Amino acid sequence: MKLLSLIFGLFIFFEFSWLHQNKPLEESIADGAEIYQDFCVQCHLDSGEGVSRVFPPLAKSDYLLNNIDLSIKGIKYGLYGPIEVNGETYDGVMQNQGLEEEEVADVMNYILNNWGNSSKQIITSQRVSQIQE
Amino acid sequence: MKLNLYLTLAALVISFSSCISQENPPLIETPDQTKYGTETIVDGIEVPWGMTFISEKELLVTEKKGVLYRVSNGNKTEVSGLPEIYKRGQGGLLDVAVHPDFKINNLIYMTLSSHIEGDKGGNTSLYQAKLNANTLEDIKLLYKAKPNTTKGQHWGSRIIFDDDGHLFFSIGDRGNRDVNPQDLKRDGGKIYRLNLDGSIPSDNPFINTDGAKKAIFSYGHRNPQGMTIHPKTKEIWENEHGPKGGDEINVIQKGKNYGWPVITYGINYSGTPITDERSRPGMEQPSYYWVPSIAPSGMAFSSSRVYKKWKGDLFVGSLKFKYLEHLVIKKGKVVKREKILNEIGRIRNVKEGPDGYLYIGVEGKGILKVIQK
Repeated sequence: MKLLSLIFGLFIFFEFSWLHQNKPLEESIADGAEIYQDFCVQCHLDSGEGVSRVFPPLAKSDYLLNNIDLSIKGIKYGLYGPIEVNGETYDGVMQNQGLEEEEVADVMNYILNNWGNSSKQIITSQRVSQIQE
Repeated sequence: MKLNLYLTLAALVISFSSCISQENPPLIETPDQTKYGTETIVDGIEVPWGMTFISEKELLVTEKKGVLYRVSNGNKTEVSGLPEIYKRGQGGLLDVAVHPDFKINNLIYMTLSSHIEGDKGGNTSLYQAKLNANTLEDIKLLYKAKPNTTKGQHWGSRIIFDDDGHLFFSIGDRGNRDVNPQDLKRDGGKIYRLNLDGSIPSDNPFINTDGAKKAIFSYGHRNPQGMTIHPKTKEIWENEHGPKGGDEINVIQKGKNYGWPVITYGINYSGTPITDERSRPGMEQPSYYWVPSIAPSGMAFSSSRVYKKWKGDLFVGSLKFKYLEHLVIKKGKVVKREKILNEIGRIRNVKEGPDGYLYIGVEGKGILKVIQK
């Protein structure tokens, strides 16, 4: 019984500290939508469809959904082609946009959960901070 | 009968959708691309935003992420001493231009994104500096737009000069279209005019307007990233990124309002309308607007005779469709459009060099010289 309440206490503690450091997913997605409109939509377009052979799609993008850390790295430090996305090669330049770590997490949560994309992973600014060039 | 109805409906849908995506004439032509080519002047630059010739053979090139290169004989050397650059979104190190008397005073001008005071974020600034070999000295801030914002878009910017001792530079609406471009008390969405030392000309159009930013020369712009002087008429020609279907060429006149966002031919990139108004008294019409948008960045007239049949024609780089657009202008109107160097890459900048050839800045490549074969 003692052990059980200890585990319960620890659970509450960790849950609380997690909540304390990270905003809820819905809020992160909403903030990410604003970042997307400001920094990403010019190239990746309104429905994340991109432009075939010029700007890779984000909607149902195998590159994004299968390489979450690489995608975070791309947003944080820039991404230089060639990469293959949904069977097409993209050989362009995406410079880093100067986003803060929390903003990178927000926009990742937005693009991972939009246009038919869904992800079980919630991106936190801690995860973004751990990814190095 | 049912089939007929479907066919009619289908025809209606097709004609409607072709109507909304209709290209604004003159329609672009694609001539035989083997007639054109390029020679690489310098390579290995991600985003060659601005360039300026410092002699017949040497030039300065800006790399958006914050490097200034001095280029001689295909080699690039980093120039040290740049002011601090606030890198965010479309911002960074933008245009560079030599003083009209550069040969005597070695002065250059640069526009860049900066956070040097005030709130979080940044805005466009104009600097002057002296180029001493590969170092910048005597750096002077001539203009800093305010307030700062963390928005990533629409910093402008191009720098040009007239023959009367004025410098012109542009700043985009900084992602605040409903507030900045139409308000003379605010920076953003403007073209500015200064004397070469950064002081404000006494005959600027809003010099006596209460509360106005006195450096403003024209307003109602969205994001001007191409500007050049017409070689014959000496008018200022400008192109700006519009919304979807609203990229424009304008001839810039003192004190005029170019309408953004009150009038525009474009719609939001999401497809929703901005306004139904295409014109309004007191607001200037563009000389030309692109539908579909080509994302024009950088413009230059060909004034030399080094090319066959191009003298007096306008050249604009397309970021979106990765070609150089050749526009034939008659009486101030675009009468013919052609794709040159199709698929060359995202063209950031176009300049006519002292040798009369056109030079383009291409993303992921560098600076290329345009040749006819």
